[in-house]
Amino acid sequence: MTQKTIREALNDALRQEMRRDNNVIILGEDVAGGHGGTGVIDAYGGPLGVTKGLIGEFGANRVIDTPITESAIMGAAAGAAATGLRPIAELMFVDFMGVCFDQIFNQAAKFRYMFGGKTRTPMVIRTTIGAGMRTAAQHSQCLYHMFTSVPGLKCVMPSNAYDAKGLLIEAIRDDDPVIFFENKLLYDHACDVPDESYAIPFGEANVVREGHDITIVAFSRMVHIAEEAAKTLASEGISVEVIDPRTTSPLDEETILESVEKTGRLVVVDESAARCGMAADIAGLVAEKGFSSLKGPIIQITPPHTPVPFSPPLEDAFIPSAATVVAGVHRLLK
Amino acid sequence: MGSDKNKLLDAYRRMKSIREFEERIHVENTTGEIPGFVHLYAGQEAIATAVCKHLKDSDYIGSTHRGHGHSIAKGCDINGMMAEIYGKKNGLCAGKGGSMHIADFEKGMLGANAIVGGNPPLVIGAALTAKVQGTDGVAVSFSGDGASNQGTTFESMNMAVVLQLPVVFIFENNGYGEGTGCDYAVGAESIAQRAEGFGLPAVQVDGTDFFAVEAAAKEAINRARTGQGPSAIEAVAMRFYGHFEGDPQAYRSAEELTQLRETGDCLKIFRDKVEAGKHVTKADLDQIDQEVKSVIDSAVKAAREADFPTKDDLLTDVYVSY
Repeated sequence: MTQKTIREALNDALRQEMRRDNNVIILGEDVAGGHGGTGVIDAYGGPLGVTKGLIGEFGANRVIDTPITESAIMGAAAGAAATGLRPIAELMFVDFMGVCFDQIFNQAAKFRYMFGGKTRTPMVIRTTIGAGMRTAAQHSQCLYHMFTSVPGLKCVMPSNAYDAKGLLIEAIRDDDPVIFFENKLLYDHACDVPDESYAIPFGEANVVREGHDITIVAFSRMVHIAEEAAKTLASEGISVEVIDPRTTSPLDEETILESVEKTGRLVVVDESAARCGMAADIAGLVAEKGFSSLKGPIIQITPPHTPVPFSPPLEDAFIPSAATVVAGVHRLLK
Repeated sequence: MGSDKNKLLDAYRRMKSIREFEERIHVENTTGEIPGFVHLYAGQEAIATAVCKHLKDSDYIGSTHRGHGHSIAKGCDINGMMAEIYGKKNGLCAGKGGSMHIADFEKGMLGANAIVGGNPPLVIGAALTAKVQGTDGVAVSFSGDGASNQGTTFESMNMAVVLQLPVVFIFENNGYGEGTGCDYAVGAESIAQRAEGFGLPAVQVDGTDFFAVEAAAKEAINRARTGQGPSAIEAVAMRFYGHFEGDPQAYRSAEELTQLRETGDCLKIFRDKVEAGKHVTKADLDQIDQEVKSVIDSAVKAAREADFPTKDDLLTDVYVSY
């Protein structure tokens, strides 16, 4: 099998689905880049290179460079999805949801219910998340918790290249609006990825590492932080099970609850938010449905309740690290 | 000339259906049987009817919170609409949408939209589908003067021009965005003039004159259908009722309110014009009035008697699959 980065795996998925179905289109800012300039077309291939080369194969009618106009992009994707296309819209940074959220949460998410089940809105919004690139308060947030709270949306956040390809293919084939969160720091992360097309169902968590003392639930890049912490803890004789839910909506509650039943201890590592984020959501789930299994308090490892800071030492202190996870586990076992 | 006569009678029937529908809801709303917000379209019937006359079921429209007129003009079932407004299970949206969310995709009605400026981005999406799939489909966005000031509207007009989408933006200027006058809230000379600044052909027409709207819509829709890009039409009319049912309309003078129906009634204006012509008699139109009244009567009766959704319906159709 070939080693591919997440960037390459996503490009694979897009290319294969666009070959399979002419109704799959891509639209967004600089998904090719270069229109109206004095240089070349496909100058960017997506701001982080994920859509590179697609305009060459599929043309400007299906790989559509838009102005910087997020409401029009999201609304056009929703309107196109409801009338027969399967658009993949790119929201360059999830932070930009502030200028277009109406089209996502009031429009696309609600069509099916509000119109009595008579419509389908098969659209995907690809967006980037994550702190760590020194991009400060308006280009670094995770925010998937805000979309997860909206009925009608599905939320997907792969942590590795294999999942990235399979989940994106599933997202494109899905008949509901799907928000696909890509962590900027993971694009170069590589693993074995099959060349052929495959889909990974939503709502099925991946048990990344099996263990029996502690359950750690982590999302997106935090899965890697949890794994790093698990290795350190293993050297201390503490056996950690790491669960990557892969999708927060739908959420695989069963795998989480079964693991906590086995270990009796839960740590959630989540970069989204200190308040009302996924950590709080998972903690609430286990407190309600798995309380009798718990041998100690649920530990939530999140950034502090602050915007993402710019200065490197501040940003490093903001993002949950393996050391903070290890410290959290120690606190729990004390 | 039979076909000309039929076209005129069809247009009148559609306008009268909207008027009767709205007048009746205005009355029924006081019984307490209609839940929630209702925004009436009476006074603007000529606009929706004249525009939708040029559209096929496979063409799409996006509408506003004041959407009953667009829905009827686009061919939505009147009984299904009435049942929806009463919150009944047999409503067009199974009772889950209500007055502000009436939709019927099979008729090309993409939905009334309760967010001011909500539909233009969606409508350019429907136009994008037509462009990508290479059909001759057209999409029409109905907005009010209020939505003409929203950023979503500006973004949509710009993107429609950039991508040369088959779309028409109709701005129904009824003088007020909620309780604030258009002269105060629209910074430009006119909505049409501002639309033109986005790089699309735009005209202002008298929205109480069915024939003026019809001519402008024909040109704009033909332009879209033949791949010549987007257009905008500002149609000026007056709404007979308040922003919502129950609105005391203190922002309108007594003189304005009393003159509305004397000077701005598009149905009267239509009748005067066609009765002066050769094809249509007063009796023809009076007969339609009677027929429409009975259609609306039976729609109200059926909606009242219909069943509400059950608690089981609460959880269905959030997703296609989950």
